[in-house]
Amino acid sequence: MPAGLNRALLTVVGAVVAIVLAIAISSVAIIAAGADPVAALTAFFDFGASERSVSNNIAAFLNRSVPLFISGLAVAVGFRMNLFNIGVEGQYRLAAIVAAYVGSTFTAPAPIQIAVIVVVAAAVGGLYALIPAVMKVTRGVNEVIATIMLNYIAINLTSFLVRGPFAGERAEGQLTTTTPKLGESAMFPNINFIFDWFGQPPPTRGGGVWGFLLLAVVLGVVVWAVLERTRFGFGVKASGLNGPAALASGVDPRKMIIAAMVMSGAIAGLIGLPEILGDRGAFNSNFTAGLGFLGIAVALLGRNKPVGIAFAALLFAFLDRAQGALQIAEVPASVVTIIQGVIVLLVVVANEVTNRLALRLEERRAAQQLGSNTPVEVAA
Amino acid sequence: MSADTLATARPAVELEGITKRFPGVVANHDIRITVRPGTVHAIVGENGAGKSTLMKILYGMQKPDEGTIRVNGEEVSFRTPSDAIEVGIGMVHQHFMLADNLTVLENIVLGAEPKKFARLDTAFARRRITELAESHGLRVDPDKLVEDLGVGDRQRVEILKVLYRGARILILDEPTAVLVPQEVEELFQNLRELKSEGLTVIFISHKLDEVLGIADEITVIRRGTTVASVDPGDVTARQLAELMVGSELPTPETRESTVTDVVTLKIGNLTMGADGHRPGADPAKLREEGRRLLLDDVSFEIHQGEILGIAGVEGNGQSELIEAIMGIRPAHGTIELAGQDISGWSTLRRRESGIGYIPEDRHRQGLLLEASLWENRVLGHQTRKPARRGIWVNRRASRADTQRIVEAYDVRTPGVDTLALALSGGNQQKLIVGREMSGEPKFLIAAHPTRGVDVGAQAAIWDHLRDARAAGLAVLLISADLDELIGLSDTLRVIYRGRIVAALDPTDITPERLGGYMTGAIAGTEES
Repeated sequence: MPAGLNRALLTVVGAVVAIVLAIAISSVAIIAAGADPVAALTAFFDFGASERSVSNNIAAFLNRSVPLFISGLAVAVGFRMNLFNIGVEGQYRLAAIVAAYVGSTFTAPAPIQIAVIVVVAAAVGGLYALIPAVMKVTRGVNEVIATIMLNYIAINLTSFLVRGPFAGERAEGQLTTTTPKLGESAMFPNINFIFDWFGQPPPTRGGGVWGFLLLAVVLGVVVWAVLERTRFGFGVKASGLNGPAALASGVDPRKMIIAAMVMSGAIAGLIGLPEILGDRGAFNSNFTAGLGFLGIAVALLGRNKPVGIAFAALLFAFLDRAQGALQIAEVPASVVTIIQGVIVLLVVVANEVTNRLALRLEERRAAQQLGSNTPVEVAA
Repeated sequence: MSADTLATARPAVELEGITKRFPGVVANHDIRITVRPGTVHAIVGENGAGKSTLMKILYGMQKPDEGTIRVNGEEVSFRTPSDAIEVGIGMVHQHFMLADNLTVLENIVLGAEPKKFARLDTAFARRRITELAESHGLRVDPDKLVEDLGVGDRQRVEILKVLYRGARILILDEPTAVLVPQEVEELFQNLRELKSEGLTVIFISHKLDEVLGIADEITVIRRGTTVASVDPGDVTARQLAELMVGSELPTPETRESTVTDVVTLKIGNLTMGADGHRPGADPAKLREEGRRLLLDDVSFEIHQGEILGIAGVEGNGQSELIEAIMGIRPAHGTIELAGQDISGWSTLRRRESGIGYIPEDRHRQGLLLEASLWENRVLGHQTRKPARRGIWVNRRASRADTQRIVEAYDVRTPGVDTLALALSGGNQQKLIVGREMSGEPKFLIAAHPTRGVDVGAQAAIWDHLRDARAAGLAVLLISADLDELIGLSDTLRVIYRGRIVAALDPTDITPERLGGYMTGAIAGTEES
């Protein structure tokens, strides 16, 4: 299907141009901050001197991309039908603490225990997203406002839970509170063996490369299949492209809003799990925050398509990873945030431009193939 | 002034060799038109022949690739519409460009406000408008809100707006498309007065009777180029139409009746309030309370093999009627399909049980423009064969069936993976008709099925409707094209302010009389 290929190619070109431009613009910011842009650029590719540190940095990079990818997927499911789930942040934090707590209350064979934790996380995320969905469907409350407000509730509720009802024992001298430690059977095995394939030493920090990466890939494939191949996905697409047409075709907008929002929330619920099951074994009061908001940028960058989101998550993780290296190179680490922000802005612009270009090309192509000036014969 | 003296005067507008290339649309090719001053010059051609492009060029909205434009003998080159206004060319668009929440006066001066100490000089504007209105016989009340005006009044405001800017040459793009016959006559009276004041009118239309009634000269455009320049005295409407189409002309007449006595759709006392739907409310009570009703006690039956036409000025309840039958908007009353009460069913269930729907606005309700043709084939059929395979969309079968529609309905497209937006309006419409005829519908709603499509596609769509009717389909036809309504329908109903006010026999009615019912000028006597 050359038409589709054309469109995909344009998208890639647009994204590359946006990234190059973003680096150029960020260089100006780096110079303004009194640092050297070349040093900053090299810092991004500086994975350390020893083989061990290279492995550790690669692991950190991959580990960072996993929750970003899941978060991007969660946001994209809503975006596909013009539903703005800004509440991913609250959904994943609430889901993470409940899942970590529930997981710590029992022990079972590893597959069962992990499955239960995953299901609990998805259920909590989905249920929490159900609130704004029901409010929108029954009372017409804008989901953007509802989810933003619910974020505050979720964030404060988690900090209450981690200190109160769900708090485990605090180790001597520790300032952070945490949920009870998960048993060994709840921990997701790492996939450090891939380093053996390349003859590299396995990483030693942060629990290695999290095995949840594989689950994220499976999740990506499932989300892709649901959105692109099923009738439900068709309903999502139709509602997103043209609401009135979907309605007239028998797609019930209320059901679609609830289904898409709950699906988005359920995926969001999984964002915290790679870190809990791969490394920490608990939810604590300095658990990684902001993944839900980053997911919005990742979804935008990836144009709401699983493959695009994977690349966007890798790019963001790649940039995030360099925080330490930048500081060593005496470049302010906030450069990373500037670059990410500029990329997202430029990609949104580039998306719009390439989209129009692609549609124009399609029209022209159709017209050419038909020969726009061939007379239309008239059936008498 | 007689025609002889005019012939020697310099032409008001002269177009020579105008060519405009475009992807996807019929471009203009070597257009030659000469418009004499103080005349009404009609430009006729079927939809998509290139009339609108030509007018956009003349009004500075688009630049021609080749050719020259002369206004009053001087060569001009427009970059924007304001350049055109400068030399005295004004345009009245087919779709009115008025701000509903402003008064007539404010609308007219909008963008050309007379100022006195940085404030709007209302007194001056009012004087000017009254002057213009009186000298051209265009009666309007400058202080009325535009939202309270009827279509005819709005059009007069548009004309005044153009005159206010000093236009001496007026372009009217399909001005009669939205008017009923009585309003058309009024417009023509206005145009004659403008002409007698020495203004030049360029009148674009594809309604030939009207063109013959008002024009002093006619230029015919076919497939983007001027094919003839004729005197209205020398041609008949039929000859003109054949010039336009370039071959024999289709008519919307249905042949022998295929109406059976099996009722397919039965609508009973359908009532819809304007201010939201309350499930338990009693329609009679709503009426008593004097609430505004969008649909008021509408009842009719459609039989197998019958086309029931609904005539009415747009906005009198047609859209609400359709949406009530489709289950998109709730209403009181009963809707029965083949003896089954479906009034509580969802839109999806109604579609599944055999209702097809050709929407009035295909871009709004009928298509996913940014999706492929085969995905558009799935739309509305996502729960039925061939589109469905369990929880999946059957892509292969959908593609194959789209190919079938493309061939059977002569949809001109490079392939089924092409995006819907790349197709011309006529081809999009043929795809929709093909889709809605799939899955053996029992009942079809056809709302303006041939709006904005070319004559070829129009004839094809009429044929498909007639064939389906012969095969036992019941059709509810809603159209603004009175010839289409009268020609295709077996039975006619007139809707006015949400009420069915007349039942008429299409074999025994003229467009003029029908127009009388549609505007409420003739009181509702049941004739049929």
